[in-house]
Amino acid sequence: MKKIEAIIKPFKLDDVKDALNGIGIKGMTITEVKGYGRQKGHTEIYRGAEYVVDFIPKIKIEIVVNADQVNQVVDTIRNAANSGTIGDGKIFVTPVERIVRVRTGEEDHDAI
Amino acid sequence: MNTGDTAFMLIATAMVMVMTPALALFYGGLVRSKNVLATTMQSFVCLGIISVLWVVYGYSLAFGPDVGHFIGNLDNVFLKGVGLEPGPYAATIPALLFCAFQLMFAIITPALITGAFAERMKFTAFLAFTILWSTLVYLPVCHWVWGQEGWLFKMGALDFAGGTVIHINSGAAALVAALVLGKRKGYGRDSMHPHNLPMTVLGAGLLWFGWFGFNAGSALSAGPIAVLALFTTQVATGAGALAWGIAEWKIQGKPTTLGVASGALAGLVAITPGAGFVSPISAIIMGGVAGVICYLAVLAKSKMGYDDSLDVVGVHGVGGIWGALATGIFASSVVNPAGNGLLNGNPHQLVVQAIGVGTTIAYSVVVTFIILKVIDVIIGLRVSSDDETQGLDLTQHSEVGYTL
Repeated sequence: MKKIEAIIKPFKLDDVKDALNGIGIKGMTITEVKGYGRQKGHTEIYRGAEYVVDFIPKIKIEIVVNADQVNQVVDTIRNAANSGTIGDGKIFVTPVERIVRVRTGEEDHDAI
Repeated sequence: MNTGDTAFMLIATAMVMVMTPALALFYGGLVRSKNVLATTMQSFVCLGIISVLWVVYGYSLAFGPDVGHFIGNLDNVFLKGVGLEPGPYAATIPALLFCAFQLMFAIITPALITGAFAERMKFTAFLAFTILWSTLVYLPVCHWVWGQEGWLFKMGALDFAGGTVIHINSGAAALVAALVLGKRKGYGRDSMHPHNLPMTVLGAGLLWFGWFGFNAGSALSAGPIAVLALFTTQVATGAGALAWGIAEWKIQGKPTTLGVASGALAGLVAITPGAGFVSPISAIIMGGVAGVICYLAVLAKSKMGYDDSLDVVGVHGVGGIWGALATGIFASSVVNPAGNGLLNGNPHQLVVQAIGVGTTIAYSVVVTFIILKVIDVIIGLRVSSDDETQGLDLTQHSEVGYTL
């Protein structure tokens, strides 16, 4: 079992969600996050005073899948989230030890 | 007594009252969310303080029988002799209505200054400041310009709706307050951008609306001069909004909503002293120039390094000075027999206007400085560093603006 965390541009969320639905991914968790990497921030102007805003809005998607699905999911996210410009985001894959479904108590693969 | 004039002035008075809550919205949106209520409060509570002060002695010191061309005497304390018959200032409306109209001006003036010390002043110190400043600065200057024997009035200074009394006066006090209180903690390092610009723009719109009561109402009758004042107010404000927006588009690359709203305010301030004395074309020039120079003044502030948090000096001070001088340039006896300016063959008017500007600034600066220093010794002007970080809403008023 693996957790895939993807940081993407907010306007790409719908494309990524549709693409993941298309390969049978049934659930995901998203969070509105802020951060910066190579893209850096943007400038805001208030009455002539310019502020450089370092942290810009991004969306973090979290999905847990079976290990054999990881490559397919990562490729799908990468294709859907790619706008070809700097700041498109990153994808992280980490192992998951245990999963429990709250309602039924099912565990691990049955709970995905 | 004239019922038409009385009806008009009742409405104008109510419109000027709305300007103070409008200012609270305007300023409230410009601060950080932890200070929205404290900032709102500093404007709103003036509606309480000044209303009482005005009845007890304020009206009398400003408009009572003259003492040395400097201030009114105490004949009208508790509004003694101010009744429902016309008084010495307006022949066609009850004296009490004139008193109410002037009260609204006295309320908004100290509220304007609060933008300079926003986000860092103790509430107790603010209360003391508002009472002392209104008494020692506003009432005398009001008497000089509008009192029957006031010295600026006798000298022939033209100030239709209070450019000198209200805007230059509050702008000068704001500069002193910003310097005496010092910068906000983290100024220049932390981001201090406005937390709710839609609120600010709503406030600007309401100020614009209320200003028709302010300027047209200053005619004190529902006649041609009120119409002229309403019209010049509209076009000067529109020109100010456009000019600020275009100037920042040119210089910084984007026209901002806050810029256009600030430009409107600059136009309103600039036309105030001239609203009933200049033609609509002159009003467009006055407003347009105000939009550009107030923007440049606000830009210059960042370079000069003082923290006039919400740009009272740049907008009200600079816009007010320009408006007072421009009235001496553009006043035309074709639209109002009250006087001609430089362009209509009367350079002396510009000199008189400049004297009004200079003395008001000098008086306001000196007395404001003394008041602030005395309060600093007795109460302390600033909240503690810890309270400033937590925000004034919680530390001064035990409440928060938003629960999300």
